[in-house]
Amino acid sequence: MTAPTDFTIAEARDALNAGTVSARELTEAHIAAMEAARELNAFITETPDRALEDADESDARRAKGEALGPLDGIPLAIKDLFCTEGVMTTAASHILEGFVPPYESSVSGNLRTAGSVMLGKTNLDEFAMGSSNETSYFGNVENPWRRDGDNRPLVPGGSSGGAAAAVSGRLCLGATGTDTGGSIRQPAAFCGIVGMKPTYGRCSRWGVVAFASSLDQAGPMTRSVRDAAILLGGMAGFDPKDSTSADRAVPDFEAALKVSVQGLRVGIPAEYAVDGMNSETSTLWDQGKAWLKDAGAELVDISLPHTKYALPAYYIIAPAEASSNLARYDGVRYGQRVEGDDLTELYENTRAAGFGIEVRRRILIGTYVLSAGYYDAYYIKAQKVRALIARDFTQAYEKCDVILTPTTPGPAFAAGEKSDDPIAMYLNDVLTVPASLAGLPAISVPAGLSGDGLPLGLHLIGKAFDEETMFRAAQALEDAAGFDDRPGQR
Amino acid sequence: MAVDRDTVIRVARLARIKVPEGDLDTLAGELSNIIGWVEQLEEVDTDGIDPMASVADMKLRWRADEVTDGGIRDKVTSNASDPRDGMFSVPKVIE
Repeated sequence: MTAPTDFTIAEARDALNAGTVSARELTEAHIAAMEAARELNAFITETPDRALEDADESDARRAKGEALGPLDGIPLAIKDLFCTEGVMTTAASHILEGFVPPYESSVSGNLRTAGSVMLGKTNLDEFAMGSSNETSYFGNVENPWRRDGDNRPLVPGGSSGGAAAAVSGRLCLGATGTDTGGSIRQPAAFCGIVGMKPTYGRCSRWGVVAFASSLDQAGPMTRSVRDAAILLGGMAGFDPKDSTSADRAVPDFEAALKVSVQGLRVGIPAEYAVDGMNSETSTLWDQGKAWLKDAGAELVDISLPHTKYALPAYYIIAPAEASSNLARYDGVRYGQRVEGDDLTELYENTRAAGFGIEVRRRILIGTYVLSAGYYDAYYIKAQKVRALIARDFTQAYEKCDVILTPTTPGPAFAAGEKSDDPIAMYLNDVLTVPASLAGLPAISVPAGLSGDGLPLGLHLIGKAFDEETMFRAAQALEDAAGFDDRPGQR
Repeated sequence: MAVDRDTVIRVARLARIKVPEGDLDTLAGELSNIIGWVEQLEEVDTDGIDPMASVADMKLRWRADEVTDGGIRDKVTSNASDPRDGMFSVPKVIE
């Protein structure tokens, strides 16, 4: 029999429905796994007591024939960027250490309402700013994977690195992530799991600690495409408390997986063959094209001419929005406070002590590009380039239904390898940022291993609010790839 | 454009973050590198293009002008480091 920690969400749901496992058994197995894997540092806060209460309530509902749906009794981890009522929420920053939200984010609230079990709050880059989970105030997260014959710890990617490590390491059945420029998809690729960013507006941002509001989007991190479809169904939905939430019905994403990709037009953008892409990644991309073609899809060459400008535009827009959003951390209403002789000094001391160096760097960049005399040259210019990037996709989608690219230029790297060079670190997101700027849904699917035994991901970008087509193509990739490697087995 | 030490001081002041003297030169170098790198956007012809602030193709929703929340003063101040009599506190602002 499959160990409870090896279930997919779909398998656990079926086992719960069949009565062969209880929510309590599932939860106890995951609590034990979480406690045994503390060296990964995947969690900032573990909530085992709460998890067992959730599980018992779920079992009681099920016993009465009142089970709520596919997520009832499923143990999940929640990125520590989602405010959770009564449970410390830090955004991995010292400035929010000890902050206990008196309210629940809409996405985590939806998952509670669906009956899921919360195991704890996962580690991340501070305020979700990073691609390696090395900027957390609560320490680095380790990737459960190692290179063959090399025991040096590798980064899990970021910013949702704790979530990716927890899903990959079998510490939870699924996790919530958030993605601003690749923060779900890149760590998913690095840890050999599925990570999906929905269309902007699909999941409510209410109660999610804000980084760059025009880009931030929550999404599922799981071990299968089907699980991503199930988990997204529990997270998504219109929320009047988020002014950019889309007032649309949530489709049955799982049902979409039944439809084949026969006749689907898959766009292959020439510009994604970026400098610095490793040869294994480009070989895997070719393999992905062949898999989809064999499954009946049609490959279409497309052009997204402004691709190379997406990353520099992002590194103006995201820090600009962050500098504005993070102005709220002033030491007065919540979070850490360092006294000063006057109010300004209280602010300056609090923020100097509370923010880490990457967050400080981005706030300063954002403040600079928004300051008088530079606003038009940098910020408005970047917004115009963003419009061109979005237009590229609109034009490409006249010829295709979904776009296939690699997720990252290469596999996970060792801790410390890129942390001295901000721009080298930013280049991790070169293939994921364009879809973020255009607000499009995108998914990373584990598809193969590098020569030294590390997972690599393929990336599909869909049309706005057409996650279903993207999920279909992802299922076809997953079926063809047959990726069943797992960390620690080689 | 190179970001110099004085610019770092000015921007840090605007951002209300105290930057230690010893960090100024390092930050000036890092910010110069990043700004120099993003300046490649100058190559892009954006004449006649409207800046895009949001991908959400929607108007802000209206709702009835009525109270929907409130009466939770203690919750609001529950995370403040120095609340007094149900209020936030700050150093004296007006002499």
